[in-house]
Amino acid sequence: MEPFKLEFAIDGEDFHSAGEASSETKKALKKLGIPADTIRRVSICMYEGEMNMVLHANGGAVTVEVGEDAIAIALADSGPGIPDIGAALSEGFSTATNEIRELGFGAGMGLPNMKKYCDEMDIQTELGVGTTVTMKINL
Amino acid sequence: MKLSEIERVLGAKVFCGGDRLDEEALSACGSDLMSDVLAFVKDQAVMLTGLVNQQVVRTAEMMDMKCIVFVRGKAPDESIVNLARGYGLVVMSTEYTMYVACGLLYSNGLGNT
Ligand SMILES: Nc1ncnc2c1ncn2[C@@H]1O[C@H](COP(=O)(O)OP(=O)(O)OP(=O)(O)O)[C@@H](O)[C@H]1O
Ligand SMILES: [Mg+2]
Repeated sequence: MEPFKLEFAIDGEDFHSAGEASSETKKALKKLGIPADTIRRVSICMYEGEMNMVLHANGGAVTVEVGEDAIAIALADSGPGIPDIGAALSEGFSTATNEIRELGFGAGMGLPNMKKYCDEMDIQTELGVGTTVTMKINL
Repeated sequence: MKLSEIERVLGAKVFCGGDRLDEEALSACGSDLMSDVLAFVKDQAVMLTGLVNQQVVRTAEMMDMKCIVFVRGKAPDESIVNLARGYGLVVMSTEYTMYVACGLLYSNGLGNT
């Protein structure tokens, strides 16, 4: 398969359009003929990551690369960073405000969920500088 | 259970996807927490929820669902309905509470696996 790359800028101010990049990615992967269960995993991982960027980091940039044997997703933001990655990765941990909870998020399931559905995950973060989450889903 | 049967059991009002009510749903889930839906739902084709916003529609789309039912008479606004229509989702609203709506569908044979 030809290498295939998608790039998105995620608006941190716009809760309503959050997830647009994930649904565009889903559409593109369907066209490429990627198996449905793989698309579902990519969709969940990317959507959770995209929501985190909007809810916790004021937006950022996402790239999706479809390679020979894996799909790679990179989510980079210039948000506050994550003080304790171990805590953030545990189920139920969330710093979400009541406002975020009223929108249906903030269960502390996003990062654990991403870890569960991808084959490889890496988080680079620096307080006051930003966070980059990369995930790989094997084809 | 056919989506038309869900509409009937819940006395629901259909906002979009009225031409797809012949489709079958084998299971459903009920939640107001989208991150829980993303974490625990497998192949549930129907989501009942008391939460009304764009992210409900996106979550349903990410999970390849067919139908969203808003409970407690909550009506989605135009932009939510348009988003759902674009994804080919059926959107309904019922006056029943979450508890009663889930109970009615379950006792009429719609399980969760
Ligand atoms: N990109 C990010 N920048 C800064 N902090 C983040 C970022 N992503 C996650 N976090 C922190 O990690 C915590 C856990 O994230 P996680 O996605 O697991 O849960 P959540 O977003 O709070 O809730 P949910 O994902 O269930 O809606 C967040 O509450 C937040 O404190
Ligand atoms: Mg999250």
